[in-house]
Amino acid sequence: MRQLEMIATGALATIQDEGRPGLAGLGVGVSGAADLRSLRLANRLVGNQPGAAGVEVTFGGLAFRSRDDIDIALTGAPTPATVGGVPVGLNAPVRVPGGAEVRLSTPDAGVRTYLAVRGGIDVPADLGSRATDVMSGIGPAVLTPGTALRVGDQSLAWPGVDVAAVPAPIGGDLDLRVVPGPRQDWFVDDALEVLSSGYYEVSADSNRVGMRLTGPVLQRSRDEELPSEGVVRGSLQVPPTGQPTLFLADHPVTGGYPVIGVVLSADVDLAAQAQPGQRLRLRPTKE
Amino acid sequence: MRLLPCGDVGLLVEVADLDEVLALYAELEDLRPEGVVDMVPAARTLLLTIDPAITTPTTVATVVRGATPRPGTRPHAGEIEVPVTYDGPDLAEVASLTGMSEREVVAVHTEQEWTVAFCGFAPGFGYMVCSDERLTVPRRRDPRTAVPPGSVAVAGGFSSVYPRESPGGWQLIGRTDVVAWDLTRDPPALFSPGVRVRFVEAR
Repeated sequence: MRQLEMIATGALATIQDEGRPGLAGLGVGVSGAADLRSLRLANRLVGNQPGAAGVEVTFGGLAFRSRDDIDIALTGAPTPATVGGVPVGLNAPVRVPGGAEVRLSTPDAGVRTYLAVRGGIDVPADLGSRATDVMSGIGPAVLTPGTALRVGDQSLAWPGVDVAAVPAPIGGDLDLRVVPGPRQDWFVDDALEVLSSGYYEVSADSNRVGMRLTGPVLQRSRDEELPSEGVVRGSLQVPPTGQPTLFLADHPVTGGYPVIGVVLSADVDLAAQAQPGQRLRLRPTKE
Repeated sequence: MRLLPCGDVGLLVEVADLDEVLALYAELEDLRPEGVVDMVPAARTLLLTIDPAITTPTTVATVVRGATPRPGTRPHAGEIEVPVTYDGPDLAEVASLTGMSEREVVAVHTEQEWTVAFCGFAPGFGYMVCSDERLTVPRRRDPRTAVPPGSVAVAGGFSSVYPRESPGGWQLIGRTDVVAWDLTRDPPALFSPGVRVRFVEAR
């Protein structure tokens, strides 16, 4: 039985797949990889089934070994990585000889690095998914040193790709496209101009649920309570402070504050790679 | 009916009240447009989340506009009795907000038949409604950072039981030992939509 033995797990390492859609009726959110595009790429590079589970590594620091030969791919936040002490590249399939240690350092840009293993990570699924949802507590436990992860045997033919040409996460200011609504009418008339007028800084108070942003204050025109309503990934929810929270993978099923706009899904993947202190520009756009 | 955009991944349908939400929900459950991955009914809205690789909010909006809501459709999914010890930290506040005594608050809470209309906020957190409006109180101005599991709460005309320790802004009037969420149970949520609930005072 092939397995990965965790030696170090960094700030936060969790098992993620594409989440558990379709369960909002029970109050269960989707969860899954914060940067879905990077997880999907990692799975493709090692010929995994779409939706196979991998490891989401936050700010690097992961180290593991496997007794047997395995094939892996690393995507997302570019972290210097070594296999048996030899540097390896990202966005490429890598053969890991049995017994060799794989080590990830800290990324200069981006937050989340994805590790896919050919065959997928095989842990029991909860409600059809192996994603760890830090908001609801559903899914596998957060990884700790000493954890042993079984490698599955579900894979497809090799894709025959040596390296995928994908842009690395941006370290400077990030532009995100925002579709106004559903509740922009709860804000003063020029709120969308205020939203796009300056920069929002990603606060350190950010996790898989959402990113708190600090920047121009968004003023409401209506003060009554908004009955809780369904919210989507990418929503910019604005509490009474006027400072938006950008909802990520583990966002709640319903929210209690008005959503002034929603970041396009492709750009949420970019946002999920923004480091605390990095600046975002929110650009209103038509869907 | 107002159709409000949620980026490229959703459409929020706003209607007059919960009855209209459930009427539309009943129809769209059967008629579920292709590419709709989830539906989230709430007090005045129905959110349809979509897979942008399969469909667009505009296409889904066309289906929603053509749907025929089914008024009076409130699902029935069994009955549960929930024993409650009414000693919550906000019981006095709820009494003061409603102009009733604490004992009257308990009496009104226990004499209703509550129906779980929808879930949200946390897994197994069911929004229960009843036909009586006397317990309609606002949420707390300063939400608690940690509400104990099993807390029985009211806010905005709804009642609920907190499934696990979580932050929360509802008014806590009591506590119960029933387990609202258990992953080893099918369904894991005790208070799933359509379940009728009777709160009884624990002796």
